[in-house]
Amino acid sequence: MKVLDGLYYSKEHEWVKITGNKAYVGITDYAQESLGEIVFVELPEIASQLNVGDVLGVVESVKAASDVYSPIAGTVIEVNEALDDDPALLNEDPYVNWIAVLEFADDSILDELMDASGYEAYCSKEE
Amino acid sequence: MKKTPLYEKHLDFNAKMTDFGGWLLPLEYTGIIEEHKQVRNAAGLFDVSHMGEVIIRGKNAGAFLQQLLTNDMSKAADGRVIYSPMCCDNGGVVDDLLVYRFSDDYYLLVTNAANTDKDFEWIREHLTGGAEAVNVSDSWAQLAIQGPCAESILQQAADYPLRDIRFFAFVPEVNICGVPAMVSRTGYTGEDGFEVYIPRDKAPVVWEGLLELGRDKGLVPAGLGARDTLRLEAALPLYGHELSPDITPLEAGLGAFVKLNKDSFIGKEALLRQHTQGLERKLTGFVMTGRGIPRSGYDMVDGENRIGFVTSGSYSPSLGQNIGMAMADIGYSQPGTEVDVIIRNKPVRARTVELPFYRKKYRK
Repeated sequence: MKVLDGLYYSKEHEWVKITGNKAYVGITDYAQESLGEIVFVELPEIASQLNVGDVLGVVESVKAASDVYSPIAGTVIEVNEALDDDPALLNEDPYVNWIAVLEFADDSILDELMDASGYEAYCSKEE
Repeated sequence: MKKTPLYEKHLDFNAKMTDFGGWLLPLEYTGIIEEHKQVRNAAGLFDVSHMGEVIIRGKNAGAFLQQLLTNDMSKAADGRVIYSPMCCDNGGVVDDLLVYRFSDDYYLLVTNAANTDKDFEWIREHLTGGAEAVNVSDSWAQLAIQGPCAESILQQAADYPLRDIRFFAFVPEVNICGVPAMVSRTGYTGEDGFEVYIPRDKAPVVWEGLLELGRDKGLVPAGLGARDTLRLEAALPLYGHELSPDITPLEAGLGAFVKLNKDSFIGKEALLRQHTQGLERKLTGFVMTGRGIPRSGYDMVDGENRIGFVTSGSYSPSLGQNIGMAMADIGYSQPGTEVDVIIRNKPVRARTVELPFYRKKYRK
């Protein structure tokens, strides 16, 4: 399982990368591995306002649909449309292929997310 | 949770395991899509040891089954396999079964894993004099080898000319990898292939032997995930989805396996009435024309009206489309009808199509 340094991780297996006041959000390697081949991604609408824990999108494997929760509150300013045509990009590299970008005002929530080593420990307990 | 005798083998292959009707079974090994395509193009080996087996024997065995099941057992020759729904009085389905006829006083019924205990109870409640039922599920393992290369691979392990086994026929004793096995040309994938019944403790030998012999021809282990997408494309019903106590075999499109001209059988009056009055709803295939994957339980609508529900749905690896089957009001069952499926509270366009989604010309 691949975990990248410098990202924030949620218990629901999303990652967040902070650049200025923009947050890139995606799913982790652990998530894509346990889902299996991803065949459909539902992206959020641009300009939608999300609170922490709101459904940001949906990722579907052959077998089942899984919600992706927003680990941070903010406004969706960009979505990764490449995933519409090629959902398997999330299997190929879930860290390069982010799902959405949120503009945020309050980053205090980041303190509640895990860092790479914390997330790694969390996943090994989930096994 | 119950385990099959191949549990350790599945772990050796890094299978993702899943709970299926109380059994811990392999969902996938390398990936559902890959395994699915391998079965369509070469061959896959499935562990289906969870399936139940019940022997019906005695001088009235045949007459009893004729009463218990909707299909006509009287026309079957020894060595034939008959598919039949088993219904309750109201015409709803208790289970759908394969019936192996050894002789008129000896049959083997193959039941769905989650239904085996319920079926066995049902059978015992209805047993008539001169017939007895024995649940032998725990002594048997079952493998399915499916795909265009299945016959040539299995032949390398078998001491019987498999090409002589016709579609839905079986041979009670064939040596497979040196193990005495019952072999039928049956399956649940829409491909040519065989189901192989072996004593439980011999399952690992046969599993490993077949994978070894078949490797050059592309044989791979395939899991429940691929089994489900394969059977969906072939529009084969899955109990608990297309069939249930609330769905009759006529509604599920299995009229060919309900012989209403038989003297009497459990559920006949209800099914005859439904046949005479005409169906109000029917199993209907559809493909999504809008973006979204239909899943079991989703509503099918026409505008504001709920017109049915999805019984099975998935991404189809062979077609590259999102497909499903729904129990839909009869007025919407014609192929080419535009409908919507409600996916996460939003209507998504779909069009009804003829079933099956995928049909292969295979040896019958």
